[in-house]
Amino acid sequence: MTQLKLSNIDKSYGNGVCVLKDINLDINSGELLVFVGPSGCGKSTLLRMIAGLETITAGELQINGQSMNDMPPSKRGIAMVFQSYALYPHLTVRENMAFALKIAKQSPAQIDAAVDNAAKKLQLEDYLDRLPKALSGGQRQRVAIGRAIVRDPQVFLFDEPLSNLDAALRVATRIEIARLKESMPDRTMIYVTHDQVEAMTLATRIVVLADKGIAQVGTPLELYNTPANEFVAQFIGSPAMNLMPGKIVATGEQTTVHLDAGGVAISNISTIDADAGKVVNVGVRPEDLMLASGEFMLEAKVDITEALGEYTLLYLQQTDGAENFIAKLSGTHKELRDQTIQLMANPGKVHLFHEGLGMH
Amino acid sequence: MDNIAGSKSSLRWAVHLSVAFLVVLWLIPTVGLLVSSFRTTDQISTGGWWRALMTAEHNLILRTAPPSTQTQINGKYVVTGSLAKSGTDLDIRVWGVSSRAIDDYTPGATAKLSKGGEITVSKDGHYRMEHTLPFTGKRGTRIFLSSALPPEFTLDNYHKVLFDPKNVEGMGQAFLTTMIVTIPATIIPILIAAFAAYALAWMQFPGRALLVAFIVGLLVVPLQLALIPLLKLHLNIGIGKGFIGVWLAHTAFGMPLAIYLLRNYMVGLPKDIIENARIDGATDFQIFMKLIVPLSFPALAAFSIFQFLWTWNDLLVAKVFLIDSSGQTVVMTAKLVEMLGTRGGNWEILATSAFVSIVVPLLVFFSLQKYLVRGLLAGSVK
Ligand SMILES: Nc1ncnc2c1ncn2[C@@H]1O[C@H](COP(=O)(O)OP(=O)(O)OP(=O)(O)O)[C@@H](O)[C@H]1O
Ligand SMILES: [Mg+2]
Repeated sequence: MTQLKLSNIDKSYGNGVCVLKDINLDINSGELLVFVGPSGCGKSTLLRMIAGLETITAGELQINGQSMNDMPPSKRGIAMVFQSYALYPHLTVRENMAFALKIAKQSPAQIDAAVDNAAKKLQLEDYLDRLPKALSGGQRQRVAIGRAIVRDPQVFLFDEPLSNLDAALRVATRIEIARLKESMPDRTMIYVTHDQVEAMTLATRIVVLADKGIAQVGTPLELYNTPANEFVAQFIGSPAMNLMPGKIVATGEQTTVHLDAGGVAISNISTIDADAGKVVNVGVRPEDLMLASGEFMLEAKVDITEALGEYTLLYLQQTDGAENFIAKLSGTHKELRDQTIQLMANPGKVHLFHEGLGMH
Repeated sequence: MDNIAGSKSSLRWAVHLSVAFLVVLWLIPTVGLLVSSFRTTDQISTGGWWRALMTAEHNLILRTAPPSTQTQINGKYVVTGSLAKSGTDLDIRVWGVSSRAIDDYTPGATAKLSKGGEITVSKDGHYRMEHTLPFTGKRGTRIFLSSALPPEFTLDNYHKVLFDPKNVEGMGQAFLTTMIVTIPATIIPILIAAFAAYALAWMQFPGRALLVAFIVGLLVVPLQLALIPLLKLHLNIGIGKGFIGVWLAHTAFGMPLAIYLLRNYMVGLPKDIIENARIDGATDFQIFMKLIVPLSFPALAAFSIFQFLWTWNDLLVAKVFLIDSSGQTVVMTAKLVEMLGTRGGNWEILATSAFVSIVVPLLVFFSLQKYLVRGLLAGSVK
């Protein structure tokens, strides 16, 4: 069931700078939707428009079928968790969590019950009487989440909630958020992050924002397996997908591309006769490349190797030096340094892009 | 590296020395005033306040009892008594019967009187004057003496200045008047300014930037410019001279600095906190009362100190807007000016009055000075 509906939403700031344009998005209830995109692409802005902290320049935002454009933040049934935690520094953890309920004039018994319940969920019971400054970063983040839970909103908004935590704590808190989501299956969460792993592991669907608009919406694996365009292809997955220019020479069930650098790529993507001769980019993820003997797609010199035990990253330089590629081979391959190697990929893993858009 | 370390430590010495210098510079007159306010007239005339703990000597001319009190004992005419005035003690070092030789005799010795007879004076000022003939004349004989004055501290000056029922000095009344002027003149502007600063920092409305610029502009307008027009206005609308007038004037003159300081502080508060409160459903008023005011406490305290000190020490605004011919509304600063004329010689009264007028600012300053520094540095260091 659609819970949030964004129709043709634009955002520009006072000085005429357009940040977002024509955003259309349906968000179902119970989803955990993740916004990703390069820095400055408007993820926070979009989230803040949903929260009501930023005016909507044009278009309409509906929650449960009701227009929210002019609704104050507190009436939208949302709660937000900020990257900076935004705890009230002069109030104890308990008072922080009770703040919204007190404003809403709930009875002390109700408030205590809600706070205790949230504290138990987040293991904050021992810290209820402390001030935020006496808490660690992770505990502060949990208080911020607790403060959102206490209000029992329909929609949770998270703006990079984990980016101030160190790596280990980030993993732990990420799992905690996943568990929290599971315990509240009918609540919707919208989550902004820079972190690919967070996006891939938490999301039911990912929205990739780029160039003032939505580049693609889909489940994490859809984005990984069938990126709609070159931007998404390179943005999702790390290291980024290699793109190699070439020309289609054979069409049909399988498509054959002659690469400008000399190799041949075969893809399982089917094409029609009219596609023959088109200039395309062949996309292969570093982890899909393997050493070839005979037929090869890519011939290049290994510039640097990074052996990480489980796998080795090879930084490749083509003989003409024009393009650099990365390959990820399992095992240790330090010996390949400074050698010229030939690589190929399984046709099922070869993507084709024509004029920036994916061919499927 | 050595160079840098060396210059750093010499810089630190320079800082320490200049701080010490400033402290001494500040302490000398303040302590002097405090010490003087506890001394008696006699002591102030014998030496400066730094000698307050030492025994001083002073020369006195005292008279014996008049001849009318003489009695006849064993055929001799005798006058006895004590040179010390009731309630005071004498500690005579030397004495004499002529103004030219006041150090002729030691206590217990006997001196011949020029008019005949002899006198014995003991250390504590008791004397016995004898003659075979009756003493004549109306007044007693003059004795010249030099007496030791032990250190003495008294609260009399304070009693006289503050609690004298007849309020001769008028300082008690003036103290109250100053309080009545100062406290509302501190609270009213801070109340108004806090609301204004919040609006200017966190509420969106057209012309906000212009308004801020205008207020900053007002900071540099000298208040003397506004005295006459403002007084005219007060007279025209019927406030006249009085407490309401002076409160309003202090409020108006203090407002630009108050708004400026508080707005700068409030702008620096984290935006996320306020946005989160909005999402939590707080109204602007609730955000102001529950978040902004407690979080701005250092700035509020800093400004209160400023405004308090400035209104407490103010003479000009009080003279223009408050003090009328009735003499009922004289503030302390004005009273002190008056006393410099009428009691110019009574240093102990002046010193006491002056100390009364600085003690409250001192207390306020020392109890709140940590907020002063924090409030003023807000925004300049992160
Ligand atoms: N008040 C503002 N006035 C003008 N431009 C703004 C304002 N706030 C944000 N922007 C611009 O809007 C764009 C989007 O900002 P936003 O904070 O949404 O980016 P983001 O995707 O959250 O970036 P990040 O990942 O770094 O947090 C940025 O280019 C920014 O410069
Ligand atoms: Mg952001």
